[in-house]
Amino acid sequence: MADEEKKEVTTSAEAPAAAPAAPAAPSAPASPGPRPYGRGPGGPGGRRPGGPGGRPGGRGEGGPRKFFRRKKVCKFCVEKIDSINYKDVRLLGQFVAERGKIVPRRLTGVCTPHQRRLTAAIKQARNIALLPFAARY
Amino acid sequence: MPVQQRTYEVMYIVRPDLPEEETDRVISTVESNATTAGITVKNVERMGKRRLAYKVRKFQDGLYVLLTVEGPGSALAELERRLRVTEPVIKYISVRIDEEQKRLAKVKKIRDSKVRQRPQTAAGSEPAPATA
Repeated sequence: MADEEKKEVTTSAEAPAAAPAAPAAPSAPASPGPRPYGRGPGGPGGRRPGGPGGRPGGRGEGGPRKFFRRKKVCKFCVEKIDSINYKDVRLLGQFVAERGKIVPRRLTGVCTPHQRRLTAAIKQARNIALLPFAARY
Repeated sequence: MPVQQRTYEVMYIVRPDLPEEETDRVISTVESNATTAGITVKNVERMGKRRLAYKVRKFQDGLYVLLTVEGPGSALAELERRLRVTEPVIKYISVRIDEEQKRLAKVKKIRDSKVRQRPQTAAGSEPAPATA
């Protein structure tokens, strides 16, 4: 009986000993703990030099945790839209946020020359009341 | 140096609460204003009634009209002045489009030449597998 009790004690003593070990194990991979956080801004942002793309490889743990983010491409380059006109509200509307703000390139993936023309067109459209300066809330 | 002839697009909004014949008159007066200012009107397009993105002179919608015109900048300035004076016109914008048209023509030309090249190479490569 006493032996059994002793055993139980030892096992119970072992359990807490094992317990710290258990959290220790996740904490080691959790050293990239800031990574998901770091990815946060990267998430909408997409590519940054040496950004989210490079990090998983450096940690040597790719596999299941790595989620695939499609590389953003410029809509105007891909669909070969040549003219960005202020009259084309439906096209411009895709690059205007809910409140009427112009969506930055880092979110939409539009290339620099096209974004330049896009902003000009959106501003013209705003002037002729095709697009809002600020959406009414 | 002669006066530069440039192509512009003038879009203006006519107030929506006018009767049909009244709006017709406004549109034709704008057109005649343009010609007297020394501008040739190439095209007039009514884009119909549209909801405005924000209130303009307390109007929630407006009648959009698009003019394609050609003429010197000074004449366009005169047309703009008259548009500003014309009471039923609640908003206008004039955009120079000749440069853009030139650019588009250039892009199209490049693209066409590329397209023409590609079918040739495709036609050249196609028979080879067919014979094999």
